[in-house]
Amino acid sequence: MTTHFPILSVLLWLPIAGGVIVLLAGRVAPRWVRWLALFFSVLVFAISVPLWTQFNTGTAAMQFVENLPWIRTFHVHYHLGVDGISMPLILLTTFMTVLVVIAGWEVVHYKLAQYMAAFLIMEGLMNGVFSALDGLLFYVLWEAMLIPMFLIIGIWGGPRRVYASIKFFLYTFLGSVLMLVAIIYMYVKSGSYDILTFQQMPLGMTAQVLIFLAFLAAFAVKVPMWPVHTWLPDAHVEAPTGGSVILAAILLKMGAYGFLRFSLPIAPDASHALMWVIIALSLIAIIYIGFVAVVQTDMKKLVAYSSVAHMGFVTLGFFILFVIFAKTASTSGTVMGVEGGLVQMISHGFVSGALFLCVGVLYDRLHTREINAYGGVINMMPAFAFFMVLFAMANVGLPGTSGFVGEWMVILTSMKAGFWIAFGAAFTLFLGAAYTLWLVKRVLYGPVGNDRVAAMRDISKREFIVLGLCAVPVIVIGIWPAPLLDVMHASVVNLVHQAVQSKL
Amino acid sequence: MTFTLPAFTPAIPEMFVLGMGCFILLVDVFLSDRHRLVTYWLSLATVAATAWLTVTIAENAGLLTFGDMFVNDSMGNVLKLFTYLTVALTFLYSRDYLTDRNLFKGEFYVLGLFGMLGMMVMISAHNFITIYLGLELLSLSLYAMVALDRDSPAASEAAMKYFVLGAIASGILLYGMSLLYGATGTLDITKLGVHIAEAPEIGIGVTFALGFIIVGLCFKLGAVPFHMWLPDVYEGANTPVTLYVGSAPKIAAFALFMRLLVEGLGGLRAEWRTMLIVLSILSMAIGSIVAIVQTNLKRLLAYSTISHVGYILMGILVGTTAGYQAAMFYVITYVIMAAAAFGIIILLARKGFESDRLEDFKGLNDRSPWFAAMMLIVMFGMAGVPPFVGFFGKLYVLRAVIDAGMTWLAVVGVIFAIISAFYYLKVVKLMYFDRAPEGAKPVAASLDMCWVLSGNGLAILLLGVLPGPLMALCARVINF
Repeated sequence: MTTHFPILSVLLWLPIAGGVIVLLAGRVAPRWVRWLALFFSVLVFAISVPLWTQFNTGTAAMQFVENLPWIRTFHVHYHLGVDGISMPLILLTTFMTVLVVIAGWEVVHYKLAQYMAAFLIMEGLMNGVFSALDGLLFYVLWEAMLIPMFLIIGIWGGPRRVYASIKFFLYTFLGSVLMLVAIIYMYVKSGSYDILTFQQMPLGMTAQVLIFLAFLAAFAVKVPMWPVHTWLPDAHVEAPTGGSVILAAILLKMGAYGFLRFSLPIAPDASHALMWVIIALSLIAIIYIGFVAVVQTDMKKLVAYSSVAHMGFVTLGFFILFVIFAKTASTSGTVMGVEGGLVQMISHGFVSGALFLCVGVLYDRLHTREINAYGGVINMMPAFAFFMVLFAMANVGLPGTSGFVGEWMVILTSMKAGFWIAFGAAFTLFLGAAYTLWLVKRVLYGPVGNDRVAAMRDISKREFIVLGLCAVPVIVIGIWPAPLLDVMHASVVNLVHQAVQSKL
Repeated sequence: MTFTLPAFTPAIPEMFVLGMGCFILLVDVFLSDRHRLVTYWLSLATVAATAWLTVTIAENAGLLTFGDMFVNDSMGNVLKLFTYLTVALTFLYSRDYLTDRNLFKGEFYVLGLFGMLGMMVMISAHNFITIYLGLELLSLSLYAMVALDRDSPAASEAAMKYFVLGAIASGILLYGMSLLYGATGTLDITKLGVHIAEAPEIGIGVTFALGFIIVGLCFKLGAVPFHMWLPDVYEGANTPVTLYVGSAPKIAAFALFMRLLVEGLGGLRAEWRTMLIVLSILSMAIGSIVAIVQTNLKRLLAYSTISHVGYILMGILVGTTAGYQAAMFYVITYVIMAAAAFGIIILLARKGFESDRLEDFKGLNDRSPWFAAMMLIVMFGMAGVPPFVGFFGKLYVLRAVIDAGMTWLAVVGVIFAIISAFYYLKVVKLMYFDRAPEGAKPVAASLDMCWVLSGNGLAILLLGVLPGPLMALCARVINF
């Protein structure tokens, strides 16, 4: 039983209830839909803040734990809790949802109530995924999340939305059902669905490898890693702005989160044995997808590919710990890589979300995402240009922005792992700069491209608020990342110890 | 020579249905079309009263009567209650549809009740004779119901096909039973089980009989390769009849599997497991793949049924208590979902417009967001996406399969689940992503149907969020 205020349950259920209320409001009081959605998203964010302020940074144990039996026949528990790895992701979720609600304020007209409700329900489910400590509860929420996202892409998306939404659904479904088999297998072996039990149960090498591969199928699709990334550009391009933001900022993080919560602690020996697969795929993502991003002519596609490349950095940061451990037999140098990956996750959440919002701002004006259709936008939209350049720089990894911190930590760690890994990882420094700056140059600078650009108006107050809200964490984390690192440190150290401890 | 009366109490619900069925048949003769609603309400009241009787006599569970031909056990009672529920749903959903088409006749309800009686006898059967009696009572009612709309060539064709194939299947089943009788000398299920368990070796005759029995059972359930009647009957029959054929009889067929294969032929588990593995994989494969190209929703649901049958068989073939429980949970939840799916087709249908083509669902979200949401729940439920109950059915089965060390079969199962997800998504896509054609009217239906259908849809969600009680129920009544 729980004695404290069930904050995680509230974060899971309040947005869902809010979504239902918004849906009803769509029938009886359409004018209130926007304000109700905003009210619920801000309320949920406000409730999530104490997670940060009351967080005990000194322990790796789960905090704010709630544990109730859910399905007794199956020993499934409604078990929620957060540690330093998942807590920042929940805050990221609640924060981005507020932005998405504001960003859709005047832009979405078709079935507005359903739009807002879908994002609110989504928010609840995402919070649940990050706080679930029961394997089956995690899976239920993980899969349930697909439904609102499928609808968001399909109802409010672009011309090829049907293709994109079904591809998105089937890809992620395919990955996750194998994970389900793995979860059931572990339940049969251990008699419990508890993730913490999974992490401690001994497993043979064959079982570990199979479990690792099953989880890899789920998480690699979600991250996404090359070569199963192809759903992402389609989904991003066709999704409405809000959908792209949530997709890039939160959904992609779930794959990486899954590696930390499941793969590394549950199958450490398999992770160790197969680390080269992940490292190779990560480097391919960083280098090859970086090149692919350069040649894109569609702004959203470019940002989407850049996401794939940046997420390659995250997985690289996680898995080089095995290389370093194999070399030095100590975990001291490895923590930084995982932390770097985590910081990169948070930072990329803000930066990619912001970049998609920027693209959304442009799209709302000219209704095209082709880079060629723009040019010299800075002359018409100076305030907008300021934000876009800021986020572009953060995407490149300029010191002083959040993008720098994570990349620097990962590259530094990979140097310890070996020169060639670091060499590959460092490609991102100039490839990222190449595609991002070239995008900025072609869209923002130069002479005014055409009459339509000349008629563009600068961002409204609402858009200013959205982009401004994004800019704050980007700069704060860039200048002073210490609080974020403090929060995650104890949990990461614990994770690294679990990951290097053989379970055979 | 003394003659003792058998104990009637365990069979009171059956006798009541029989009596009421005859009574309603008589009453109906004297009713004019204006008063046909009397038949309708009487039938519903009969189902409700039967449910009450079943609950009342439930403490007598485990009783054998009529010379051990009839058993009243807790598994049977639970299955019967869900049978009543689906039959009642069928009656409720079909009223407006039948009235619109001048088919609102007493026969539909009387046949429905007799079919229900057949199912009840099947569920409670403890002897080959009783099994066959119940099965034929059900089948003959179904043939007549499919043919009810005699002016429709499609319905007549479907009924003919169903009758011919069904008769062959019954014959095969009967042949299998007679072989078993020849080999073991008994028709009693428990005695048969004991005989087989004690037999030093399994003769070729028994294995042969097993093959025939499985063919007969799989025909009734609709497993590949004995599924050919299913799509035609589903498509050809009127939607209320399809709803009847596609829901409650699955529960009875599951009971047949339990009585015949598990209780009677449990000793041959190793033999029938291999056969069922093949049938299960084939059903999932054909059901998932062929459904993709269907343009008629009833046909699509027929193939979807076939793939669900594959999952049900997967639970049974495991041959463990957990497997039977899983199959029971699966069959019950599937029937609830199927009832809702056909209910929505009936809801959208109008006179002269069947609404059974996929494109009829275009833009349903514009026409009725509420019922589009209900259909969304049904579709994702059938696809096995949480938090809807279909997921827990699959989970239950997969757990039993993995527990029995057949992880590979679980992987095969989930792969076909993904393939079948595609066509459920297609329906959702039509409802939500496409716009309604010009001039499409908003959905209008009588209030009671709307309420019941909504309850049916929400039950799929509610059972998904809180599947515990139903799972516990299945676990309690199957414990051998």
